Amino acid sequence: MLENYLPVLVLIGIAVAFAVGSVVMSGLIGMKKPSAVKLAPYECGMPLVGSARERFSVKFYIIAMLFILFDIEAVFLYPWAVMFKRLGMFGFVEMGVFIAILLVGFIYVWKKGALEWE
Amino acid sequence: MISVYHYMILSAILFAIGSFGVLTRKNMIVIFMCIELMLNSVNLTFIALSRHLGNMDGQIFVFFVMTVAAAEAAVGLALIIAFYRNKESIEVDDFRLLKW
Amino acid sequence: MENLAQIAMESVNFQAIMPSLVLCCFGMVLLLVSVFLERGRTAPICWLSIIGLVVTGIISINGWNDPQAGFAGGVVLDNFATFFNLTCLIAAGLTILMSDSYLHREGYPVAEYYPLILFTTAGAMWMASGTDLMTIFLGLEVLSVSLYVLAGFFRGQLRSNEAGLKYFFLGAFSTGFMLYGVALLYGVTGTTKVAGIAEAIRLMPDASSNPMIIAGAILLSIGFLFKIGAAPFHMWTPDVYQGAPTPITAFMSAGPKAAAFAAFMRVTYISLDSLQVDMSAMFWVLAVLTMTIGNFVAIAQKDVKRMLAFSSISHAGYALVGMVAWNEVGFSGILFYMLVYTFMNIGAFAVLVLIGKQGEDNLTLDGMAGLGYKRPFLGVAMAIFLFSLMGLPPTAGFTGKFFIFAGALKAGYVWLAILGVLNSAVSLYYYLRVMVYMYFRDPVEDFSWVKMEMATIVSILIAIAGVLYLGVLPGPVMELAKLSIF
Repeated sequence: MLENYLPVLVLIGIAVAFAVGSVVMSGLIGMKKPSAVKLAPYECGMPLVGSARERFSVKFYIIAMLFILFDIEAVFLYPWAVMFKRLGMFGFVEMGVFIAILLVGFIYVWKKGALEWE
Repeated sequence: MISVYHYMILSAILFAIGSFGVLTRKNMIVIFMCIELMLNSVNLTFIALSRHLGNMDGQIFVFFVMTVAAAEAAVGLALIIAFYRNKESIEVDDFRLLKW
Repeated sequence: MENLAQIAMESVNFQAIMPSLVLCCFGMVLLLVSVFLERGRTAPICWLSIIGLVVTGIISINGWNDPQAGFAGGVVLDNFATFFNLTCLIAAGLTILMSDSYLHREGYPVAEYYPLILFTTAGAMWMASGTDLMTIFLGLEVLSVSLYVLAGFFRGQLRSNEAGLKYFFLGAFSTGFMLYGVALLYGVTGTTKVAGIAEAIRLMPDASSNPMIIAGAILLSIGFLFKIGAAPFHMWTPDVYQGAPTPITAFMSAGPKAAAFAAFMRVTYISLDSLQVDMSAMFWVLAVLTMTIGNFVAIAQKDVKRMLAFSSISHAGYALVGMVAWNEVGFSGILFYMLVYTFMNIGAFAVLVLIGKQGEDNLTLDGMAGLGYKRPFLGVAMAIFLFSLMGLPPTAGFTGKFFIFAGALKAGYVWLAILGVLNSAVSLYYYLRVMVYMYFRDPVEDFSWVKMEMATIVSILIAIAGVLYLGVLPGPVMELAKLSIF
């Protein structure tokens, strides 16, 4: 059983060896002529704009909060979907109620303007 | 062979790390992450025990813990933002108004 | 294949959750209505939420003596739950009555306040009727999450932010402990049902020396003890009570505390019945500690809200005495005491709501100087509530303490009762000091800003009526409390 995974293990070993090897080798034998441009972090080849440790707009937090709330409800949809056929109409109505409650929250958030970026 | 005991020990360690973090850290977001770690270690306990006992109650409990944790996260973040807007800080050392 | 839906449908019993269901529907509808109203118009939401509470109360009363179990044994609506439901509904009603003018005065006329109180109450009701640790946990969290928001409701006010955050962090922290306790108990017993845990523990020969059961019981208790503000888990109480909006402080000290006691009683009395000796011993220490810390630290307080917070800690200690007693008198005493406490404490806070200036920086003892002469009605009302908090006859505080201590005596805890009475004597000092300031100090302020808001006055009058009725004629309600014990 476990032997079937041997090729995967070998591949992982080779990949790790190659990655570590090339980094170490280039560090050991490569030429080093540092300049300001070379030492700058790579940002798609464009000149750098500002620091990476900038503060995010607080709007991201609001979107993130809403996202967490609505996203996590999917956790209840999975078991329901697996059992959907066996639960039949009853399950469908139950989930309808659940979604309706979520919808109340959604309408509230929408009407409050929390989804508008500006 | 990994048994339920290993999971229990792992989750106990995670729980201890989480509660230690809550008690020692100053940054509210980090404290909050430590609380989440505690909740998730409980989830791990539940799932391991549920598997061990062959009984689904523990897994159902985990669903509820997860959703509740999300609701708490949303409320917690909102409170932190409100505090930040007034105080420009998310350090718990800046709780200065209410004490004896 | 078909039987799954059948099983699911049979286990559902909407009768068992009808009161909280109605309350939640009201909450959601009000939330939707509130967004369509213009900003600042909170009065309609306020009155609709009162209607919601009354409707829920009527439904609850109709369910008296008609126990309904549902959701695969996760919820039961028995007399015990109904008694606590009504206590929480009264707390919510009194709070809402005093809130509207307060919100306008403080500059936060935000309608979401009322749905949040309704959701908190619904959570409290789930806690009171939960017979599965899962439903109790859900109720606790619905209650807590709404309360976190309410404690930090004045979002531009640093004090309120701080109160909300402190409550949130410590609340979530204690939830973690409680959940770990539930997980351990689940591991030993294989169930999260309150009755199932009891069954499994009873069958175990060495239950009181099983480390997982002990750890589980203690961790679970920590979660509840935190919510009721018992020492040594009381440190959040003064800060949160002082920083939160005053009506919310009033509500927090009554409704959610009663609900936490309800769930705590159900879990300890049913699930951990086999551990009675150990649990009682633990509660003995906690009760004495809680009463003493609350009373002695309250003496040092200058801020009246903070003083009442410490007094609420000591009152949680008195109620814990009923848990130690572990008999019918003690338990029905807790039910009765929670109702009494709701009236007297919310009443006292309602007076504070009225005499507060905008921003509430004047709720110190000095700020109350001369209140008795400048505002005789408020002075008398506050005096009645303070007498009741002290536990003097003919107020309800006396009868409430009497029943609880009687339970302790009946169970043979003479020393505990003596310590409780001594503690009440200590509490006389700081309650009487407020009276001294109200009646024997020259007024510093002229209280010209105090507006006698009708709704708040109604709430104070209801509270006075409750305190005096339960003090003079405790019999009928006490009978109901006795009938409520499971």
